[in-house]
Amino acid sequence: MARLAQEFIARGADLELVGIRKEFPGFTAIENLDLHIPAGEFFALLGPSGCGKTTSLRLVAGLDEPTKGKILIGGKDITATKPHERPVNTVFQSYALFPHMSVLENVAFGLKQRKIEDPMAKAVAALELVELGHLAQRRPQQLSGGQQQRVALARALVNRPSLLLLDEPLGALDLKLRRQMQIELKAIQMEVGLTFLHVTHDQEEAMDMADTVAVMNKGRIEQMGSPEKLYDRPHTVFVSKFLGQSNLFVGEVAESNGSSISINVSGNKITVPTDRAEKHTGTIAVGVRPEKANFHESEPSAQTGVNLIGPGEIIDIRFTGVSNQYLIEIPGIGEVTVFAQNVGKSPVTELGAKVWVSWKVEHSFGLSDLPANSATESISVI
Amino acid sequence: MRRFSLGKYALPVYSVIAIVYLMIPIAYTFVFSFNDSLKTNLIWRGFTLDKWINVCQQQGVCEAFGNSVMIGVISTVLATTLGTMIAIALVRYRFKARSFVSLLIFLPMATPEVVLGAGLASQFFSMGAAKGIATIIIAHVMFCMSFVVVTVKARVASLDPALEEAGRDLYASPAQVFWKITFPLLMPGILSAALLSFALSFDDFIITNFNSGPAMTFPKYVYTAAARGIPAEANVVGSAVFLLAIAIVVTVQVRGSLKARRLAKQ
Repeated sequence: MARLAQEFIARGADLELVGIRKEFPGFTAIENLDLHIPAGEFFALLGPSGCGKTTSLRLVAGLDEPTKGKILIGGKDITATKPHERPVNTVFQSYALFPHMSVLENVAFGLKQRKIEDPMAKAVAALELVELGHLAQRRPQQLSGGQQQRVALARALVNRPSLLLLDEPLGALDLKLRRQMQIELKAIQMEVGLTFLHVTHDQEEAMDMADTVAVMNKGRIEQMGSPEKLYDRPHTVFVSKFLGQSNLFVGEVAESNGSSISINVSGNKITVPTDRAEKHTGTIAVGVRPEKANFHESEPSAQTGVNLIGPGEIIDIRFTGVSNQYLIEIPGIGEVTVFAQNVGKSPVTELGAKVWVSWKVEHSFGLSDLPANSATESISVI
Repeated sequence: MRRFSLGKYALPVYSVIAIVYLMIPIAYTFVFSFNDSLKTNLIWRGFTLDKWINVCQQQGVCEAFGNSVMIGVISTVLATTLGTMIAIALVRYRFKARSFVSLLIFLPMATPEVVLGAGLASQFFSMGAAKGIATIIIAHVMFCMSFVVVTVKARVASLDPALEEAGRDLYASPAQVFWKITFPLLMPGILSAALLSFALSFDDFIITNFNSGPAMTFPKYVYTAAARGIPAEANVVGSAVFLLAIAIVVTVQVRGSLKARRLAKQ
């Protein structure tokens, strides 16, 4: 595979979107998008449906035109060019394999269009790269979903585009196949060194594969960074909800010194390091991930560097295999979720137990905005 | 003891009667194409192959048949081309009067042929156009086009736009996308529209009769000849067309099932 991949190595180019705005009759899909993707990076645009991520991809492919703004690939302005003039190829969500051509003809299509020498041999090599050389003569509709997906990938890769666009390419596959394709896709990207722009609504997929993730919401990028950084320090309520789960607490800033600030939530003091908070005054939201929190059956002594809230009552326990998920109702605060790893003995297993919840101050994060409805809430999405 | 079931006996009997009823005119036409007839072809006078061998000897039969084939082919090519273009436009482009235009396209199918024929005839008269082959073709293109639009539209609607986008993405210009992707994928719909179109044109009597002037088509010839007892040569041509049509249908079906079996084997 490594030798085959050599033939497909193209110089991935960087992509730059400058002040992109896209309006459709009746609504604005993208408000104002600035984005720079360095060459050779695996970049994921993550967001719920309708957030503008697929529209962004179509703008880069040239299938739609931006209302405002510029698109540059490798420093060259391509905003005004047609799709067939762009050094970009797309793997479509529905794969869009041509049903009237064989698998091999599908893969050779782009090469023949550009009158590249020896298109058939190159197409065969691309099919071997995705391990489908033996199915070259079949029709696409005779292949399984996973095989069709790989043909679509080969059909795009064979053209050695500067930039490969992937529009939820794994969305139609079942979970097991999806995980397997994620690994293969990532391996191929590392080998050929192309710039990948991957659009998805699956947060696990984005975190697993991408070097950089941009979380999109309502036509804007909410936050951008490495998966680890996004998960560790979300800046907004939306990001804290969309990437994993979060417990959020809302309160007035009561104390503030050089290194940390504390909020008061119905008599409970919750502290966050200053450099981990987006906002330092007024009413702010502070959060913690469920797996960073612990609970105790007896009240622990107060410690500096540890947030302690409670007591509350366990109102729900869910067993998920790798962990137990406890839902704890704390008067004046609301529901708090705590994940405890399943290490053989669960600390508490009965409902109704009286518990205190604690976590290290350095695991808190302060958000720039407030949750929409309640004053305090625990948010569990996905 | 087995229960007596009316359906068990009634259904086969009923089916046989229905098929016989449908087949009688065709069988009659076919059998009497072998009749050793004189001027009229009403009484059985004995078997002969003469009429099949010398079909063109009867004056006007082959000329009328030739005219009908020519008119059918030209009308089909024109109606299929224009109709396919309209069908694509109606599905792919959003414009203000889209649903209204769709309705208008449907109207010729719903209007009685007599009305269409008479209406066209008066138009040609007021324009001062001489009636003949050309006016017949214009009339046929008009009513065939509606059927083409309806048939091809269904096919266009079921075509995933992502396929054309994939073509554009893979370096094909808009014209290349049309000829390499859109057109081949629409082909089955266009072909069946063309066959339907030819059948309608070849077969049409009412509208043709209003707009033909001196030009003779096969249905018109048979109609005129019916006044004196249709010559056996007309039966020959009719039977030949029938057999040809059956042969085409059988070929297409057999090819389709062979292809399906071959694909299933792979």
